[in-house]
Amino acid sequence: MSFINYAAREINCKLVYYGPGLCGKTTNLQHIYSKVEPNTKGKLISLATETERTLFFDFLPLELGTIRGFKTRFHLYTVPGQVFYDASRKLILRGTDGVILVADSQIERVEANIESLENLEANLTEQNLSLDRLPFVLQYNKRDLPNIVPAEELQVLLNPNNVPWFEACAKKGTGVFETLKGVAKLVLNELKKKT
Amino acid sequence: MLGADLTLYEEDERRLAAVLRRLCEDAKSRAVFLIDKSGQLIAAAGETANVDTTSLASLTAGNIAASGGLAQLLGEKEFSVLFHEGEKDNLHISVVAQRAILVVLFDHRSSLGLVRLRLKRAAEDIGQAFAEMALRTQQEAGRGRAEFRAQFAQLTDEDIENLFKG
Repeated sequence: MSFINYAAREINCKLVYYGPGLCGKTTNLQHIYSKVEPNTKGKLISLATETERTLFFDFLPLELGTIRGFKTRFHLYTVPGQVFYDASRKLILRGTDGVILVADSQIERVEANIESLENLEANLTEQNLSLDRLPFVLQYNKRDLPNIVPAEELQVLLNPNNVPWFEACAKKGTGVFETLKGVAKLVLNELKKKT
Repeated sequence: MLGADLTLYEEDERRLAAVLRRLCEDAKSRAVFLIDKSGQLIAAAGETANVDTTSLASLTAGNIAASGGLAQLLGEKEFSVLFHEGEKDNLHISVVAQRAILVVLFDHRSSLGLVRLRLKRAAEDIGQAFAEMALRTQQEAGRGRAEFRAQFAQLTDEDIENLFKG
């Protein structure tokens, strides 16, 4: 749900990083946080367990700059990936303007990726949303690891609608900003269509 | 009720800010914040300079969302009021006009009873303001949007690329 504030000439959008446990959602946010100028970001908030597994969400407000006279702010959220935190995922998805599915490229995580995508679709349906109508991109993460599924195969499994997709290694930062830029483009174009 | 997207014009901001300022004074509170349920700060009043309002808005929305989830679990519609008591400061969080969250930050100079008493009128005023905002948005769909549309219609991929430069 975008928030256009004419008083402050600001556009605020909410983006959610979705994906199975340990796929690298928080790592994406940590990389963005480490690379952007201090004056353009707020605090990175992580509601995590003592073992640094996301418990509720991570949150990073990001001010990207001015577009057509409006300050453009993105609020980045991650969901907890572990299966049993589904109630929390539903809450965080509320009011989102765009979704990034971070898929773990490792062979043994193929099923977890598919489950997460199905879970995302089910949770969006509950809110009368669908991936067809929402700005949505895929990130194939951990491309630097040896035991990975080829991108073409991930495309067949996870991306039948051929939405924009990006290969990444979030730990090193590869592909992180490309993914963010990809979804930001879709969100802003959607906003343009709506107005 | 407003539509899914929230659009705030200058006069709305002034009107809501005036309601919050009055609540802040009447309830003898330190600060008052009006937040959208999706975690966006709509307006604020009082001692807000030293508060990270963006984080406050996001965490409050998360808090209300989690409480809403708990309520549903127990067969309640929602838990519309939350109270956090600290050593010096306290937070009173309540859902107003269905879609917004009103946060009152107060210390020993006020009390929970006073905050709750003063909140009622403010909640009504905010509800009224939102209802009128929704009505006007419907009636004058083209007005402010025309300005926005004119600017956004020109939006190019290059504009978006520029956001990511530097």
